Amino acid sequence: MAEITYREALKRAMREEMQHDPNVVIWGEDIVAYNNGGAYGVTQGLAKEFAGRVRDVPISEEAIIGLGVGAAMNGMRPICEIMTVNFTLVAWDQIVNHAAKQSHMFNGLLKVPMVIRTPNGHGRTASTHSQNFDSWFASIPGLKVIAPSTPYDAKGLLKSAIRDNDPVIFLEHLQLYGTKGEVPDEEYFVPIGESVYRRRGADVTVVSWGRMAFESNKAANMLAQDGIDVELIDLRTLRPLDLTLALESIKKTNRAIVVEEGWRSVGLGAEIAASLQEQAFDYLDAPIARVAGLEVPMPYAKNLERATLPFADDVVAAVKAMMQKQY
Amino acid sequence: MDNQSLISLYRKMLLVRVFEDKSAEMYTKARIAGFLHLTNGQEAIAVGAMSALNADDDLFTHYRDHGYAILKGASPESVMAELFGRATGTTGGRGGSMHLIHMDTNYWGGYAIVGGHLTLASGVAAANQFHGNGRVVTCVMGDGSTNIGTFHAALNWAQLWKLPIIFLVENNQFAMGTTIRNHSALPDVYRKADGYGMAAEQVDGNDVLAVHDVIARAAARGRAGEGPTLVEAVTYRHRGHSMADPDVQRDKAEIADWKKRDPIHRFANEVLLKRGIASPQDLEEISAEVEARVDKAAEFAENSPEPALDTLYKHIYMEPVSNMQVGGSLIRPPQIGARVASSEGENGRQ
Ligand SMILES: Cc1ncc(C[n+]2csc(CCOP(=O)(O)OP(=O)(O)O)c2C)c(N)n1
Repeated sequence: MAEITYREALKRAMREEMQHDPNVVIWGEDIVAYNNGGAYGVTQGLAKEFAGRVRDVPISEEAIIGLGVGAAMNGMRPICEIMTVNFTLVAWDQIVNHAAKQSHMFNGLLKVPMVIRTPNGHGRTASTHSQNFDSWFASIPGLKVIAPSTPYDAKGLLKSAIRDNDPVIFLEHLQLYGTKGEVPDEEYFVPIGESVYRRRGADVTVVSWGRMAFESNKAANMLAQDGIDVELIDLRTLRPLDLTLALESIKKTNRAIVVEEGWRSVGLGAEIAASLQEQAFDYLDAPIARVAGLEVPMPYAKNLERATLPFADDVVAAVKAMMQKQY
Repeated sequence: MDNQSLISLYRKMLLVRVFEDKSAEMYTKARIAGFLHLTNGQEAIAVGAMSALNADDDLFTHYRDHGYAILKGASPESVMAELFGRATGTTGGRGGSMHLIHMDTNYWGGYAIVGGHLTLASGVAAANQFHGNGRVVTCVMGDGSTNIGTFHAALNWAQLWKLPIIFLVENNQFAMGTTIRNHSALPDVYRKADGYGMAAEQVDGNDVLAVHDVIARAAARGRAGEGPTLVEAVTYRHRGHSMADPDVQRDKAEIADWKKRDPIHRFANEVLLKRGIASPQDLEEISAEVEARVDKAAEFAENSPEPALDTLYKHIYMEPVSNMQVGGSLIRPPQIGARVASSEGENGRQ
């Protein structure tokens, strides 16, 4: 088994699926000519391997999604790349009113097997280019929403997403593209809609996904040095939401913290906390806590950006506060 | 075109007209709720266009779609039942008047977000091109739809990739209550194609044969790999924007003037009767047949059951999704009988 980057894992998933099915195509802005393959290099080299199936398209996000929906309904399996999640706003109607509704509103007569790949993230790019809309996407019936945190999951989940018959929002993360992890050489799939124990522990349950699952794992290592044993659950899929492991874990640890990158209020963390307490109220020794991004448009300045986003140390602080407090 | 085909055009236009009148009646009888957009006065466009295309050519339309669905082969029964919100409707009562569909002949549906379907239609055309299946897509919209972003994004992309698609604008000169001169910087809609180097034609939308010819040319262009065409069919609607529109803003004299150019009477007088293809009695017989056909559809809808409540969650996803219950928030069993229907409330006049 080799260690590869999250970026490379995504590319391998697409390569395998394009070899597997001639109807899989990739359409996106600047994914062929620019820099030999994309603003973040995820599709690098694929255009050469699959002539005519990886195409640069106009800067028309609503059309990238809309043509993807049409092509998907008509026998193709398009992977539509939106350069960053911020630009999906231009295509919101096409995603919410069209991609997500076709099969239900037309009573199963239409299906939309497409993947919308787009990175979340920040990197000193200020408020229009540093956002996280996980909670919005996850609230829409008809969409499946995936946010992997490791190269292994990135590959296995993207392969599942491409074969899936529903529209899938596949949320990558700019800050994870360069991270490395073990990925088997043999083919494998990670099923959509299954959370995973990232780490077993006895003292407190941390529920997270995407970059914050990565940060939470770092936090768990730091907390272990202080003798606090974290059980970390990585949701991986945000819709359909699998809280089975989180519930199982809470029944053991009696404490839970939900960690997310996006804005706190009306966020997915609130939904998860509410659902968990509805079903495990009697097991809880403390209110479920939340770690989230601050509710401000992201500033450019280094210190302000750092202060706005949650990192491992925020998770450490939240866990310690919960463990120290007497109820 | 032979005489039979000409008579058939007449019969189809009349069927669409009579169907619309019947749905208006059913709306006033509260069998139909929500938004109901009728196409009276514009029938020659749908009939002319559909007569120029192959049965399996693809079609997308806006919400003014009853005629298109029937012309594509959906039974008047299934369309009326959909308007009634019944289980026997084209989508089992899910989409209603604005979202009819008939996939047996690649009618991909009526769409109610202005401009929302132009991109989808282009995507279906891209897949036709990818698969080399020779099918041409027709994408119908109103004049008001030529100002929204998707119009420009779709036209640019369709021309760039030379997609087999016809963008057919039914220019009835109004977007709800706003005249084309008040909503479009360029009232000659077909000229908007110039910005994309796209072929374009303007046609009298009240002349069924002229529409047929224009669409036939555009389809040939699409099939030959020469790319898309923007067709502007100029017409006028006899009724308000929808049944919710009391139609007070339009000039009465203008309406009366356009009614003199009614596409159905015009075709009957100037072609069928004038050339001796049909007699007045023939036309009366056709009219009686069509009326009976539409009455039957209304009766069918009236006697059809409402959709079963336990179908509510069906088809949100293509395959049942595991873990949907977990968390309690994604799938809840429908509360049978717990809510009173709220569709009769105040819901605007779109
Ligand atoms: C994006 C969007 N904005 C507004 C509306 C409300 N609306 C429905 S129909 C309509 C007028 C459209 O006029 P036109 O495209 O000319 O078609 P027509 O109704 O005349 O056939 C408007 C504004 C809508 N459905 N979608």
